[in-house]
Amino acid sequence: METRSSSGLDQFCSLLVERPGLTLLDLAGANQSTVAFITGLGHRIYSDDFLLQMDRCFGDGDFYENQADPEKTAQFLKSALDYPAQHFDGALVWDSLEFLEGPLLETVVQRLSNMLRPSSYMLALFHAEERVETIPTYSYRIQDRKTITLAPRGRRRPAQFFNNRSLEKLFHDFESVKFFLTRDHLREVIVRR
Amino acid sequence: MWNRRKEEEKPPPPKPVAAQPAQQPPPQPIKTPAKETSPMSSIPNRPTESFEATRAGNAVLGKSVVVKGQILSREDLTIDGEVEGTIEMQEHRLTVGQNGKVRASVKAREVIVLGTLHGNVETGDRIDIRKEAKLVGDIRTARIVIEDGAYFKGNVDIVRADAPKSTATPAASTPAPSPRPQTPAASSPSAGPAMAARVGETKR
Repeated sequence: METRSSSGLDQFCSLLVERPGLTLLDLAGANQSTVAFITGLGHRIYSDDFLLQMDRCFGDGDFYENQADPEKTAQFLKSALDYPAQHFDGALVWDSLEFLEGPLLETVVQRLSNMLRPSSYMLALFHAEERVETIPTYSYRIQDRKTITLAPRGRRRPAQFFNNRSLEKLFHDFESVKFFLTRDHLREVIVRR
Repeated sequence: MWNRRKEEEKPPPPKPVAAQPAQQPPPQPIKTPAKETSPMSSIPNRPTESFEATRAGNAVLGKSVVVKGQILSREDLTIDGEVEGTIEMQEHRLTVGQNGKVRASVKAREVIVLGTLHGNVETGDRIDIRKEAKLVGDIRTARIVIEDGAYFKGNVDIVRADAPKSTATPAASTPAPSPRPQTPAASSPSAGPAMAARVGETKR
């Protein structure tokens, strides 16, 4: 496993030290490191493995074609994003949005926006290098407020690549979008609800 | 030499007294009964150690057992079968074995999950979600351990027994993580390429 420093995570964590007793959503899958970090700051954490949920719903056959199937999409939204409105004070979605096709992606972002309370943050990662067939996927774990541990989970073909403009368009419902372009072709994006 | 003599001087082991056959019946080979005599037993072919554990206060529901309803236990319990309902054992430990499938709300001092558990869990001490375990439900506990490879979906709410409930804020009572020195390359060699090179912000 490798580690990387993350300005986006640092920004996200500034919210955590400002206010106590927050409820946070982590879509990287439960892991000891993140749970210990978040709960150590006195917050609640809701964990789910978003990529695993995607694989369960769309993995049988063509992953991206299946995302156009209304039945499978409905099942996915119910199993992965069925939360009350304004339930969370922050969300860590990591790189999971990269593997969603256009219409479903918009629906998911809309749901995330709906689940978050006003003024809360969401951290997402997007690969910036466009000339690649597949990108590595990881289970992201918070080591401390500036460091992420990356547990490899193989490689996947992303649904699409994003630039700053397309990301602004994607998160148009949010109050602000902040980018951290890193030297390893990864955009860290902090959006404020 | 002296030792040998001492050994030689030792009296021979007592021979079976033929005159008292009623007191000392001839030893017979231990046979495992083909069928369990107790109709309540749920542990087919359980090794001896498990019986010892059972005697020592650890009840076991074997993998062929299905329970629907409420379990109240005053001893540690291991579930290798299927349980649906509620489980309450405030002062004791619940272990969901590798074959265990539990669909219940659980209150226990300690919970160890190796199999599957659907339901909310409340522990006074800790919950341990082992590799390849599956837990779907909300957890309220003092301590939690999640092994790599475990699947968990739900909320984790850490309850600190020593923390005051209303006056002090959790963030204030819990020390914030110590800030790392601002030298990412030195603190983590592999983190070199991850430094932020450009920051852009759009506000609406």
